[in-house]
Amino acid sequence: MNGPLKRAALACLLMFGLLMINVNYLQAVRAEDLRADSRNTRNFYARYEIERGRITAGDKVLAESVDTGDNKFRFQRRYPQGKIYAPVTGFFAPESERGMEEAENRLLNGTSADLLIRRSIDLFTAKRSKGANVDLTIDPKAQEAAYRALGASGKKGALVAIEPKTGAILAMVSIPSYDPNLLSKPNKQEVNKAYNKIDKDDDKPLVNRAIRRTYPPGSTFKVVTMAAYLESDDTLGPQSEVDAPQVLDLPNTSADLPNYGGAACGSGRVTLSFALERSCNTPFGKIAMQLGYDALHDQAEKFGIGGDELEIPLTVSGSDFGPREDAAALAQASIGQRSNQMTPLQMAMIAAGIANNGVVMKPYLVNKIADAEGGEIDGADPTELSTAMSEDSARKLQEMMVNVVANGTAQAAQIPGVSVAGKTGTAETARGQAPHAWFISFAPADDPKIALALIVESGSAGDDASGGHTAAPIAKSVMEAVLNK
Amino acid sequence: MSTPSVEPVPLPAKRRVAQLAMLAFAVVIVMGAYANVGLAIDKQVPAGMLTYGLGLGGFMLAAYLVLAKFAPWADPLILPLVTLINGLGLVVIYRLESAGMPGASATNQLVWTGVGVVLFTVTLVVLRDHRALQRLTYTAGAIGLALLVSPLVPFLGKEINGARIWIGVGGATLQPAEFAKLSLVVFFAGYLVAKRDVLALAGRRLLFIDLPRARDLGPVLITWGFSLGVLVLQKDLGSSLLIFGTFIAMLYIATQRTSWVLIGILLFVGGATLAGLVFGHVQDRFTVYLNPEDPALYDKIGGSFQLLQGLFGMGQGGMLGTGLGQGHPELIPLAFSDFIFAATGEELGLTGLMALLMVYALLVERGLRTSIAARDPFSKLLAGGLSFILAWQVFIIVGGVTNLIPLTGLVTPFMSQGGSALLANWILIALLVRISDTARRPPPQAIQDEGMTQVFQR
Repeated sequence: MNGPLKRAALACLLMFGLLMINVNYLQAVRAEDLRADSRNTRNFYARYEIERGRITAGDKVLAESVDTGDNKFRFQRRYPQGKIYAPVTGFFAPESERGMEEAENRLLNGTSADLLIRRSIDLFTAKRSKGANVDLTIDPKAQEAAYRALGASGKKGALVAIEPKTGAILAMVSIPSYDPNLLSKPNKQEVNKAYNKIDKDDDKPLVNRAIRRTYPPGSTFKVVTMAAYLESDDTLGPQSEVDAPQVLDLPNTSADLPNYGGAACGSGRVTLSFALERSCNTPFGKIAMQLGYDALHDQAEKFGIGGDELEIPLTVSGSDFGPREDAAALAQASIGQRSNQMTPLQMAMIAAGIANNGVVMKPYLVNKIADAEGGEIDGADPTELSTAMSEDSARKLQEMMVNVVANGTAQAAQIPGVSVAGKTGTAETARGQAPHAWFISFAPADDPKIALALIVESGSAGDDASGGHTAAPIAKSVMEAVLNK
Repeated sequence: MSTPSVEPVPLPAKRRVAQLAMLAFAVVIVMGAYANVGLAIDKQVPAGMLTYGLGLGGFMLAAYLVLAKFAPWADPLILPLVTLINGLGLVVIYRLESAGMPGASATNQLVWTGVGVVLFTVTLVVLRDHRALQRLTYTAGAIGLALLVSPLVPFLGKEINGARIWIGVGGATLQPAEFAKLSLVVFFAGYLVAKRDVLALAGRRLLFIDLPRARDLGPVLITWGFSLGVLVLQKDLGSSLLIFGTFIAMLYIATQRTSWVLIGILLFVGGATLAGLVFGHVQDRFTVYLNPEDPALYDKIGGSFQLLQGLFGMGQGGMLGTGLGQGHPELIPLAFSDFIFAATGEELGLTGLMALLMVYALLVERGLRTSIAARDPFSKLLAGGLSFILAWQVFIIVGGVTNLIPLTGLVTPFMSQGGSALLANWILIALLVRISDTARRPPPQAIQDEGMTQVFQR
């Protein structure tokens, strides 16, 4: 009987061999597919098994993973001042993430190749691998001041503050905001419900207005027109005179370009500085028609408008000067009332570029990324985006913008002992509707520490909203926070 | 007159110390695994670890002592291998219980392990010579059939999870098929040994196959058909495949005729096709086997959800596994019973599963080695049948869980939670140990020089 027994033994070995081959096939060859299958809820659980890195702004923690000791969802995401920082941090939902959580996801969850060495060390020292910590350039004082000032009395809008010399983003506020804690719970149904509720809100709290929405820039765009004009001729200066009729006749159209409220602009012949201070429309329309589309479009491009999509590392929507049309359209575009569409960040970059003597720095949010033990993986490296104008022209424009705050439409932004520069904007949206109130500014003018742009959306601050009355005081409080005044 | 020089007959080693050391090693591995689960889940060595460790260690020491006394020549590897598998099963069940999986109970399983060891020792103590079983051939067959039918008896039988394979005894439920398989193997062994010559030799040759005579085949065929019929009625596909395969294998070992295997395969294909046509659930299993990832099947009740969850778990485990206590095997339905292999694969990974399969393979090969070493046909066939049924059972359930073959429900021997299977398998091991003891026991030595007289052992 031994012969068949040996063959039976062989058959048994064969069966075990088949099982072993199949197990190898499953766990080595197909493992990746099986892991990635959307029906594999382990991915969902796995999200909560990693101690995700923190998102900080200096000493302030904006997002952190808390060890709840929970069996299934051990590390859960908390946003201590969620609403204020939500446009920057985003959130960590059961199946996806947004904002900084998305942009730096692989570093935060520790899977990035940059963390390979750290992970290897953890493997040998039997430590639980943690994600890297992301430190932001945000200045909590500025962010919170901006959130308070802009969010007061039901206003909607956005504010971006930049350090002009580096491009570091000091504040990025979008209002209304949402509580990321509600969207970061480890419960799909609950989060979906909360998300749908927030998403259905007509005010769109989930949209980061500072970088993902564009608005007509209104009169704040006059600084771009002015920059183009100054660049076109070295001899021009703040005291150079231009025509400033009460109404500018636009060629080939029945429409005219009046000044704001139909008012007269000085005596009809004014200095450039005066035109900017009072925000007259007619001189800029005239200048634009004189310079032509290309000069204005090129100047806009030099400030970053219409260029490559920025990653800060959040994706920024493109801003646009508008297509080539007739001279009438160009005159309207020169005062930001045609098809120009700007993100608040773009307007902040323009202010920062002027403040930085014409050099526009690439804006960025991440100051430093360090692994859990504090070893630096990546640090900010300020880079120039473009040179928008010569230093000489920039200084002239700075002077004019200081005058705007000192004598012109933006006197509400004055800070005692600091030379503040700025430009207001009151952008009409549609006939009969309240305008958007804009303000761009920087300070101190001689050694700029902060440049910012802010918009208070149409309708949220009354029908008579204007850049000077509505927006400028908000900018003032943010600048004071940064300058410790 | 010079006495002829007596060469001392080399005795096969008992290797009791090696066995004890390996047993201790197995218990240590299991205790380490317990600690691992606790450390991963609560960051501390679980409070019950000592209870479990000492419990398992104590049971195994008792089993070892009984074995050393009543079967001293038995194969030294069998008990440590079983201890390792049984202990690992306890750890995985403990782990699933810690995750709050309803139904998983490590304490119950430990108690059953204890009862299993008791049955193991009782079998060894009572059954001093397993050849006595040969005299009980037909009794064993009758008991086997009675056990198989019992779940169909009204009031006694219970239907759980769509299969009527349970009987209620007092408050507990038993799965009589697990014990029936032992009885049937004894019956097959006894019957085939008695009839193997006629089965092998008498008959007609049809084409190239030697067909046996109907009257020789009759009783076997009836037993087989009856058991299959009962099992199909109970929707217990796993057990019917198990008993059918074992029967064919034993027939082949007894008669050495390949034709039996061919007939068996033909019968199987025919039976499977018929079952597929008649029973919806058989066909479902087959479609699931072919397309486990089909979303429609995934969502269907009785579809591929469970199978795919098991595969996901193993995929997640990958090469090294998530580590005990760090995966989510509780997501796999029935992870503590039918799918314990997949649950193990998730946390111990490919490495752990290969080791586990190797331990099973070693156990089976030790059994078959016992069979080859056995000196009489009945012992050979019984040991061969018991070893094969173990291997075959692992193949059916593990193959089913890993989608190598269509899934049919069976327990993973010594691992799955469930008293009946554990008890039956411990008895199976006791039988193997008993046969191995007899096979390895050296022939009686001459007390004095008896000249040319030769001593034979039957």
